[in-house]
Amino acid sequence: MKPAILEVRDLTVHYHTSRGAVQAVNAVNFDIREGERLGLVGESGSGKSTIALALLRLIRPPGRIESGQVLLDGADLMELSEEEMRETRLAEIALVAQGAMNSLNPVARIKAQLLDGLKDHGDQLSSRALDDRAGELLNSVGLRREVAHMFPHELSGGMKQRVCIAIAISLRPRLIIADEPTSALDVVVQRQVMDTLLKVQEELGASVLLIGHDMGLMAQVADRVGIMYAGNFAEVSQAVDLFREPLHPYSQLLIKSLPSLEDKGTLQGIPGLPPSLLERPIGCAFRARCPKAFDRCVTEEPLLREVQPDRLISCHLY
Amino acid sequence: MSELIEVRNATKVFGGGRLFRQKTGLVALHDFSLTITEEPPTITAIVGESGSGKTTIARLILGLASPTSGAVLYRGKDIQNLARGDRLQYLRDVQVILQDPYEVYNPFYKVDHVLKTPIKKFHLAKSGAQTQALMEQTLNAVGLRPEETLGRHPHQLSGGQRQRIMVARALLIQPRLIIADEPVSMVDASLRATILESLRALHLDFGISMLYITHDLTTAYQICQNIIVLYRGEVAEVGNVDLVVKKSLHPYTQLLINSIPVPDTNHSWHQEKLKGDPAAQVTVSTQGCKFADRCPHVMDICRAEAPPLFRTDDGRAAACFLYRDRPRLEETELEQVLAVPALAAV
Repeated sequence: MKPAILEVRDLTVHYHTSRGAVQAVNAVNFDIREGERLGLVGESGSGKSTIALALLRLIRPPGRIESGQVLLDGADLMELSEEEMRETRLAEIALVAQGAMNSLNPVARIKAQLLDGLKDHGDQLSSRALDDRAGELLNSVGLRREVAHMFPHELSGGMKQRVCIAIAISLRPRLIIADEPTSALDVVVQRQVMDTLLKVQEELGASVLLIGHDMGLMAQVADRVGIMYAGNFAEVSQAVDLFREPLHPYSQLLIKSLPSLEDKGTLQGIPGLPPSLLERPIGCAFRARCPKAFDRCVTEEPLLREVQPDRLISCHLY
Repeated sequence: MSELIEVRNATKVFGGGRLFRQKTGLVALHDFSLTITEEPPTITAIVGESGSGKTTIARLILGLASPTSGAVLYRGKDIQNLARGDRLQYLRDVQVILQDPYEVYNPFYKVDHVLKTPIKKFHLAKSGAQTQALMEQTLNAVGLRPEETLGRHPHQLSGGQRQRIMVARALLIQPRLIIADEPVSMVDASLRATILESLRALHLDFGISMLYITHDLTTAYQICQNIIVLYRGEVAEVGNVDLVVKKSLHPYTQLLINSIPVPDTNHSWHQEKLKGDPAAQVTVSTQGCKFADRCPHVMDICRAEAPPLFRTDDGRAAACFLYRDRPRLEETELEQVLAVPALAAV
C-alpha cells in the first residue's frame, strides 16, 4: 500500500439555511494515496461535490467548514492563511469542476486562459517560452497547438473539457480533483476525455479524486471507490472487491440498479428517498430504504470499520 | 395497421441562409423516413451522439420544427396544415417527456399546475373533485403517492419525482405516442431504473407507443424492441434491438457499444485503441461515408460514395459497404426491418 498524500480527518461541512443547518458532510475520514485514483460516488445531495470544494477551501457562505483537518503531507490546509491557500490551489491541488467546459471565458483565447494560472503563480517566462508551454500543455491532452489561438465557441464539448484538464495540470499538481468531468458528454467522447485524464495523471504521477455517479465509469477508472450516502461513507473498497462482491446493502442495490447489456429483465431501482440532512435521523441513515435493516439500525449509527483488508464498511451487518 | 405518424423523406438543414453568408447549411437530418403505427404499440429507440440528429427527429414529429424537405404526416395528413379538429387530436395523441426535470416547471406554481392545465385544456374532468381524482389516479399509476406530491412546489421534490410527474402528465392525456427525449440522463442512477420501469409500464398497460431518444445504449436495450442508430443525420444501423446491440455490424455501433463503461473491473475499457478522435476533430469530410475518418475498416469506396442501407438480416439493416453483397433497403422501407413483436415479448 502506497503512503497517503492527502489525509482527511473528521471533515464536517454544514450549509446554514433559514430552516437550520444542512449537514452536507458529516465527520468524514479518508486518505488519498500516492498515484491513486480514488472514486467518490453517491446520489445528488450525498455530499460528494461538497467534499471536493472543502478540500480546496472553496466552500462559500451559507456553507461553512465546521471542523476537521485536511492534511497534505502532514500540513493542515485548514491552518493556512488565505494567501498560502491560494498558492496551494492549482500548484498542489487542481480542480476540474463540474461543467468545467462552460467555465471557460467566452471572450478570451484559449492560450490566455491556459497561461493565467502559470503567470499568477509567479512563473517568469519569456513570451516565447510561454507559447511553447501552452503548446506542450495542449499536446499533452491530445489537442493541436493551433487550439491556443481559438476561442471556446470554436471547440466541441470534448475539446473544451480537455482544455480544462490542460489548465488543471499546468502547474504539475500532486492531486487532481475531477468533479463529474464527463457528465455532459456522450459515451465515445467520455471515453476519450477519461483516457486523456488518466494519461496525464500517469505522466505527472499525480493522484486523482474522481467524483461522479456513474458506477460503470468508476469500475473502469478508479483503483478504490468510496460510496457516499447522506454525507457519510457507506463503503470504501478496492474497485475490484467492490464490483466483485459489494458488502454494504446500499452498494449492492446501487450496482444492481445499473441497466446492463448482458441480461434484459425487470429494472430494479432503489425505493425511497435519501433522508433530509436538516435533521439527521438517529441510527443508520440508510435504514428506511435498506432491505436488511434490523432493530440495532434504528438506535445506533454504524461506524466505518475495516471488515476485510482494505475494505471499510459502515453497517451493523458486519 | 393504421399509421399514426409517418415521417417521409425528411431532411432538415440548419443555416445556409443569407443572413450569415454561409455557403452551405448544416444537415442535421438527411432523408429520414419512419412510420409509427397505432396498433400494435412499439417502443423504438433512436440512439446517437450529440449532433446525430436525434432531437431533430423529435422536434419534427412534435411540430416544433418543419422539415426543409419531406413531410411529417399525422394519420395521413401533413402536421404543418392540420384542420382545427385534427390538430387538437394530434396535440393529444403525441406527448413529450423532456430531458431536464428541473427546467420544465414554473417554480412559482405548485406541481398540481402541470397536471391541472391539460385537464382544463382538454376538458378531461367536469368538476374539481373529478380533477382531483384523476390527478391522484395518474400519480398512482406512475408509482407516486399523491399525498407526497400534490400541493408541493417543484423545489420540494427530487429530480426523480419531478420526472415521474412529467410521465404522469403525459399519461393523463391518454396519448398514442410518447416521445421521451433523454428522460433519464439528468436523474441519479438509482432512480433511472424506476423511471424507465414506469415508462415501460405505460407501454404495457395502456398500449402507448414510445420513441425513446437517448445516447445511452444500455437503457435503450433494456426497454426497446427496435433501435435506430443515427450518425450525423443518417441511419447507420436499424433493426431489432437484440441483433443490433448483441451482434452489431456497423463499425459505429460497435464503437458506441465498446465505449460504454461496464461496471465490471475484469472487462476493461482500455483494451483496444480508438481510431480517429471526434473530440479533436474540427472538420468532417462531406463526400462518401461520414464515418470514414473514424472507421477501422475504411475502404476506398467509402471515401467516394455514401453507403446505402444493406439488409443484413431479416430484422436489421446497416449502412456500410462491408455488407454490400446483401440486398439494398430503401430509406423509406425501414419498417420492414423494424420487427413488430408481441407485447408479451418485452
